[in-house]
Amino acid sequence: MTLCVDIRHRQGDFRIEASFTGSGRLTALFGPSGSGKSSLINLIAGLIRPDQGRIEVDGKVLVDTKAGVFLPRHKRRIGMVFQDARLFPHMNVRSNLLYGRWFTPPAERYLDMDAIVDLLGIGALLERKPALLSGGEKQRVAIGRALLSSPRLLLMDEPLASLDEARKAEILPYIERLRDQMKIPIVYVSHSVAEVARLASDVVVLAQGKVTASGPVSDILQRLDLLPAGERGEGGALIETVVLRHDDTFSMTVLGSGAGEIRVPRIDIPVDQRVRLRIRARDVMIATERPNGLSALNILPGKVAAITHGAGAESEVRIDCNGVPVMSRITEQSRQALGLEPGQQVFAVVKTVSFDETSTGMGVGEVSA
Amino acid sequence: MNWLLDLTPDEWTAVRLSVKVATVAMLASVPPGILIAYALARGRFWGKTLLNGIVHLPLVLPPVVTGYLLLLAFGRRGPIGAFLAEHFGIVFSFRWTGAALACGVMGFPLMVRAIRLSIESVDRKLEAAAGTLGANPLWVFSTVTLPLILPGIIAGAILSFAKAMGEFGATITFVSNIPGETQTLPSAIYTFTQVPGGDEGALRLTLISIIISMLALVASEVLARRLGKRMDVE
Repeated sequence: MTLCVDIRHRQGDFRIEASFTGSGRLTALFGPSGSGKSSLINLIAGLIRPDQGRIEVDGKVLVDTKAGVFLPRHKRRIGMVFQDARLFPHMNVRSNLLYGRWFTPPAERYLDMDAIVDLLGIGALLERKPALLSGGEKQRVAIGRALLSSPRLLLMDEPLASLDEARKAEILPYIERLRDQMKIPIVYVSHSVAEVARLASDVVVLAQGKVTASGPVSDILQRLDLLPAGERGEGGALIETVVLRHDDTFSMTVLGSGAGEIRVPRIDIPVDQRVRLRIRARDVMIATERPNGLSALNILPGKVAAITHGAGAESEVRIDCNGVPVMSRITEQSRQALGLEPGQQVFAVVKTVSFDETSTGMGVGEVSA
Repeated sequence: MNWLLDLTPDEWTAVRLSVKVATVAMLASVPPGILIAYALARGRFWGKTLLNGIVHLPLVLPPVVTGYLLLLAFGRRGPIGAFLAEHFGIVFSFRWTGAALACGVMGFPLMVRAIRLSIESVDRKLEAAAGTLGANPLWVFSTVTLPLILPGIIAGAILSFAKAMGEFGATITFVSNIPGETQTLPSAIYTFTQVPGGDEGALRLTLISIIISMLALVASEVLARRLGKRMDVE
């Protein structure tokens, strides 16, 4: 799938001038609130008509203001999952799910109701009315409803933003399964680094209506300067690992990576399964010699690859641990005290307990069992 | 009870005619009522304020004036009446159909108000969602908007029916008071009060009129509650 967007649009005082191409499995539109993410996917879905520009999905032109093309929303075959679910209150879950199917010609239906119900775990809810569902259940039904309209592209507009942490944790695995098992490309709007790190294959960063960067998620998350100021510490390295073994004595899981073994609190993913691990830059300490008498369990040898001194007290150090980049955020004072320079041999130190449930997720591209 | 139901044939005729006129007036008003309410709630067009004013006119004008205007327009010699009689054979003046027209016009603003309010309360985001699922605007209207405004339509229809049951001024001015053709309950009651010894008949018809109106109200309550249960609107 390729999504090409090149749009200029004005809404009141707010201007969007965005141009990007997405071809990943799950492209995250990432930026702080008010950066134009939601407007952008409303433009793709056909809920807003742009002043100028062109939108194309897999060669099919949805909008081209120069040629006078504007495909109405019901002819685009683009599924949309809204932040507020928007289930039809007068229909039960089954009718909600089947709504879009009605309007899809049989030849173009490529998804089966039973498969979707299974995938999303909503079999027990079919006869219920939306008013009787929890927030997480509503959102799963909304995802199923969008999928069953057999869209060419699935748009998700902050589908987790109105849910609490427990509900988010309930839905994230379903979105991972969707990404890995379905052939539908997804565009996912989010302002949360944790969600993007866990779900995205590619990221388009937006700020004030403009695209400031785009690329594979692991590249973008290392560019801490691209992240919103409040979330900068959430950024860092995103590395692909494999579950080596579970240590039940201490309730830990050992992950294997190019940088060496990494111990994290016990996760519920089987051995040999690929796991995507986020190491936050703010959680990484740097030692110039292998530390002794230290409680931290993860000590990864590497070489300083680059140092960026931003505004304020912090410096960002990228350490190349045997080909795997690990980001560290330390004070400029410490950097000078240690005399860190590119090329220098160092050790990246990460406490096991600094990993939490938002640190790990299924590796992209893996079909889970 | 026997005394109440022991109506003379003429009284029965008035009751039957009233129910017929009110039912026809209500049913015929629903489609244009939805159309105009939708235009007023959602439309942006020149003359919207004017349309709104015209729809509400029967509410503020004396009923006799409305009846007289109907007579001028829909009477045998009126421009619309003559046209309809000549081309379609539809005649309103001094017929029960004219009574239905007068009752429908008088109840129309009440119906439009009720439907318009319910259209304005529909969450348009739901309609947008239906659009992204592939429904064209007509399907969106019939599968999402219409079911959601059904309680408003029912409320409007009952108001229109109740208004039609009680309509007197416009009806008597437009189509007069002909027993068996245009003499509805209010006209019959009025006639009884004008003749000596008519008190008993007037009282009977008054009680029947109260009962029919109450039944209509109860029916609308029951329907609205059932719909509410079916919807469980969030």
